[in-house]
Amino acid sequence: MARMSLDLTVNGERRKVDVDTRTTVLDLLREQLGLTGSKKGCDHGQCGACTVLVAGRRVLGCLVLAVTLEGAEVTTVEGLADGDDLHPVQRAFLDADAFQCGYCTPGQLCSAVGMLREVGEGWPSVVTPPGATVSVSSLGPDEVRERMSGNLCRCGAYVNIVPAVLAARR
Amino acid sequence: MSGSVTVARSLDQALDALRSGPDARLVAGGTDLMVEVNAGRWQPGTLVSVDRAPELRGWHRDGDEIVLGSGLTYAEMERGELARLVPALAQAARTVGSPQIRNAGTLGGNVVTASPAGDTLPVLTALDAVVQIAGPEGTRISPLREFVRGVKRTDLRAGEVVTAVRVPALRGAQEFLKVGTRNAMVISVVMVAVVVDLDGHTVRVGVGSAAPVPVRAPLAEEYVGALVDWERARMDDPTGEVAAQFGELVAQATSPIDDHRSTAAYRRRAVAVCAARAVRRAFQEPESP
Repeated sequence: MARMSLDLTVNGERRKVDVDTRTTVLDLLREQLGLTGSKKGCDHGQCGACTVLVAGRRVLGCLVLAVTLEGAEVTTVEGLADGDDLHPVQRAFLDADAFQCGYCTPGQLCSAVGMLREVGEGWPSVVTPPGATVSVSSLGPDEVRERMSGNLCRCGAYVNIVPAVLAARR
Repeated sequence: MSGSVTVARSLDQALDALRSGPDARLVAGGTDLMVEVNAGRWQPGTLVSVDRAPELRGWHRDGDEIVLGSGLTYAEMERGELARLVPALAQAARTVGSPQIRNAGTLGGNVVTASPAGDTLPVLTALDAVVQIAGPEGTRISPLREFVRGVKRTDLRAGEVVTAVRVPALRGAQEFLKVGTRNAMVISVVMVAVVVDLDGHTVRVGVGSAAPVPVRAPLAEEYVGALVDWERARMDDPTGEVAAQFGELVAQATSPIDDHRSTAAYRRRAVAVCAARAVRRAFQEPESP
């Protein structure tokens, strides 16, 4: 069992940790750093409950080995708010009642933040018409459903999640 | 997981690490391999992470060819200049897994995993892609049709790393269609890629999930290639008979099976429908503005 010293930034805070090289980012966050917001749903990349942001891009914490993130900037659901000021996406989820049991919510929130950034950079999706350009302001429900398709909600709160994400654009 | 993980920061480091033992395996995005590990189905010895090896990242133009680094992610294939150069690859990439999977999963991983349902493989097959490999004996190339030997079996030898995949930059329409039980997080039932080469006067088709390896359909390609008006880049097919016949010929080139995702009969039918639709789209009149 090999161990390694790892230096990374989590939610704006520099962390130096000693990890078993086989540790996933999700286990590092939950078991070693005490950040239990990111959830272990399926542990094989299907449910999205462990979605975190690495350099602003959404990834699945359960499929990423922690040792590959030397020097990286990781943002979890705990790092979205600015002190007591909720992130606009968090505010919108509360306002739209975009959850029931809440287990998928941390992943949904991180995914929505990463997704809005992708749209802002003009990334197309499979439902974007050929040749069309996407923007945050023109984003519709179909685009949101497609772009949030990596986050499952077993309660079926999608009917409120989609409006929440649309509302968070403003 | 037993064993340990080594992070390679260059191709040379990766090749060195692979020499450490016969049980060393490469991992890039981890979207296939880590699933097996977390499910306890597979216990790796040494894992060599190549996610951070710069030689494998990105893509570039090389004359009439495009060199796609094996570390190129699906998200990178989906957009920008590369999506304009190889539109079928972009279309295929946009259907892979979920956005989170596409931010991590790589082209090299898709090629080396060599699943019959690998989403980029029908496109690469239609493009006659060539796999670039580095190993203890130096570098070599292997055409994709020889590289993929069977279900999850490839020509990759011990100690070797796929560094890039070369595809031609072609002038002409490209289409990719995929059938699955839902849009996201699905393993395909069938896939069809159609690539038109206006300069070479050929229509090429690649089919996935319908045989142990991705297949071409030479009879279908010759049939439709002879009926295209290459000057106008149009196919005269007012009744749709040509497209339908093309679809039938493509389906005849496959050898699908019954499994928990679908039946052989449905797959054959779906291949015919997708191929007919793809070729119609490839030669349809551009919509007037």
